[in-house]
Amino acid sequence: MSERKGTKHSAEELALQRWDKEVKRKKKLRDTRHFVRILLATMIAGCFAVLFLMPIVLTITNSFMSASEISANYGQVFATTDTGGKVYISDKVNLKFIPDMVSFSQYITVLLKSPEYLLKFWNSVILVGPIVVFQLLVAAGASYGFTRYRGRIKEIIFFVYIILMLMPYQVTLVPNYLVADWLHVLDTNWAIWLPGIFSPFSVYLLTKYMRRIPTSVMEAAQIDGAGEWQIFRRICMPLCKGAMCSIAILIFIDYWNMVEQPLILLSDQEKHPLSVFLSKINSGEIGLAFAVATIYMVPPILVFLYGEDYLVEGITYQGGIKG
Amino acid sequence: MHVSKSREKRKALQQENDGAKKSVKKIEKTGSNPRTRRGKWISAGYLFPSAAGVLLFFVLPFLIVIYYSVVDNPISHQFVFLDNFVMVFQNAAFQQAAKNTLTFSASAVPLAVVLSLLLAMMLESKIPFKSQFRTFFLSPMMVPIASVVLIWQVLFHYNGMMNEILAFFHADKVDWLNSPYAQVVIIILFLWKNLGYNMILFMSALSSIPKDIIEVAVLESASSFQIFWRIKLRYMSSTILFVTIMSLINSFKVFREIYLLKGEYPYDTMYMLQHFMNNTFSRLDYQKMSAAAIMMAIVMVVIIGILFLTENHFGKDVEG
Repeated sequence: MSERKGTKHSAEELALQRWDKEVKRKKKLRDTRHFVRILLATMIAGCFAVLFLMPIVLTITNSFMSASEISANYGQVFATTDTGGKVYISDKVNLKFIPDMVSFSQYITVLLKSPEYLLKFWNSVILVGPIVVFQLLVAAGASYGFTRYRGRIKEIIFFVYIILMLMPYQVTLVPNYLVADWLHVLDTNWAIWLPGIFSPFSVYLLTKYMRRIPTSVMEAAQIDGAGEWQIFRRICMPLCKGAMCSIAILIFIDYWNMVEQPLILLSDQEKHPLSVFLSKINSGEIGLAFAVATIYMVPPILVFLYGEDYLVEGITYQGGIKG
Repeated sequence: MHVSKSREKRKALQQENDGAKKSVKKIEKTGSNPRTRRGKWISAGYLFPSAAGVLLFFVLPFLIVIYYSVVDNPISHQFVFLDNFVMVFQNAAFQQAAKNTLTFSASAVPLAVVLSLLLAMMLESKIPFKSQFRTFFLSPMMVPIASVVLIWQVLFHYNGMMNEILAFFHADKVDWLNSPYAQVVIIILFLWKNLGYNMILFMSALSSIPKDIIEVAVLESASSFQIFWRIKLRYMSSTILFVTIMSLINSFKVFREIYLLKGEYPYDTMYMLQHFMNNTFSRLDYQKMSAAAIMMAIVMVVIIGILFLTENHFGKDVEG
């Protein structure tokens, strides 16, 4: 009896063990498959990361080459013909990851000896700074207007903003040019500043964010006797601080990189920002180009390192256009 | 006596009540007591600076542009209807530019959407160093094109690194920037610049898909392909729409890269609509410019409208 029970038990146990083994084997299989998949994904991501970073890293490392090393390696890429176009002649172009000899001579030349680059850099700052500040201010007011007392007229205006935001430069530059012409501000910084300040982009983004604030918060404040200004200043602005940072970063990147607007609205090359000027560096100064390019990268990279999370948040708000 | 008094009182009360009801109705009808009406005006005041600016710098001049596009010149104001459009349309340079822009957008935008979705899914599959990878993929977005254009010139030079890699595989040298391959270079540059941005959008969309639905699907032994195709894609449809629109807009901005790479007169297949516009600007041909701008605006509105309709069709059962 007891024996039989024991065998039965052991048979049951055996079955259980077998089942357990099977499960473990499957789990192991699944685990290894999972592991392989993650390893593969990591490797692909790694390859992409290298490809993505390479141009940036190369620009920075190459900026530490001496002028002679650069012209020896890349001279032919940027050789100029009599007609002014870039010509491509024979021989090898040696792309170097690390300079033979680290030298700061390029930076010294750019920063101390040739003021024109710093002047162009300053042009960029002068063009971008006011746009970032004032576009944010105007947008803060406008999005408050769009958030409070929503009505049909406001929705229609908001729709116009969205359409304008989606228009490419090719379309908006023509109207901008016409207005600049009427106001006699062509060739001055105002031609870039004014359309930039009233750009609908940040209004759209900030409104979307502000509309997420529960209306009950504002209504409660109103019942407690707060005026519109106080609601705006004391409730909306503090709640939107993060969004404002994100939007400021997005505006900054966009305008720091601008090429089309200055090309069309500023015919005086002295006023061009560094982003346009960099492409016009001629063969004689090619050694400097990498150093100047690196200097031009520094502000956005700093902004990026400090504000990456804000940037990601800002991009995330942008998604889902229906709001 | 007493009764009549109380009756009078009741009547008066009734009237008062009616009056109150009427005034409530009145308020409801006009939608405002004096206070909210005041608030409405004030909030409109906050909107005013921006609305005025947009009106002055974008809307009004755009109406003028429409006007310019249908008259023969800004001085005589002769109405010519569609002549300007026909003229632009028959312009060889415009045709070339439109064709190039079209082929570029048609190949670069889908690539950008698909590749960035793949990247986002890779990062979402719990790989190590996720945040570092995110930083790496986003970094091209921050860097001004002007800064890295030198390296691109070196990479794609006839004797540059890309051709050396090709030589390693015993392939023929390609003159990247001065041949039909130029479009390939531009597409690579475009992807390099825009993938990170799209990826962030997809990552946030992926993480906002309700987990329980996917768990149920796993319990019902759905394959991972089914989960992706039937659930994830459906939930991401509005993001896919947005990414497509943004990529499309950014693909029109690619002039920037080409200009910085090759100047005002690049190889034929790199001649984009913006080049055409710039050259027209420099000749101050208002009519051509206006007609071209309006055509682009119309094309843009049509494309975005189609995208919205498609999204409405595919995503309607998950929303709400």
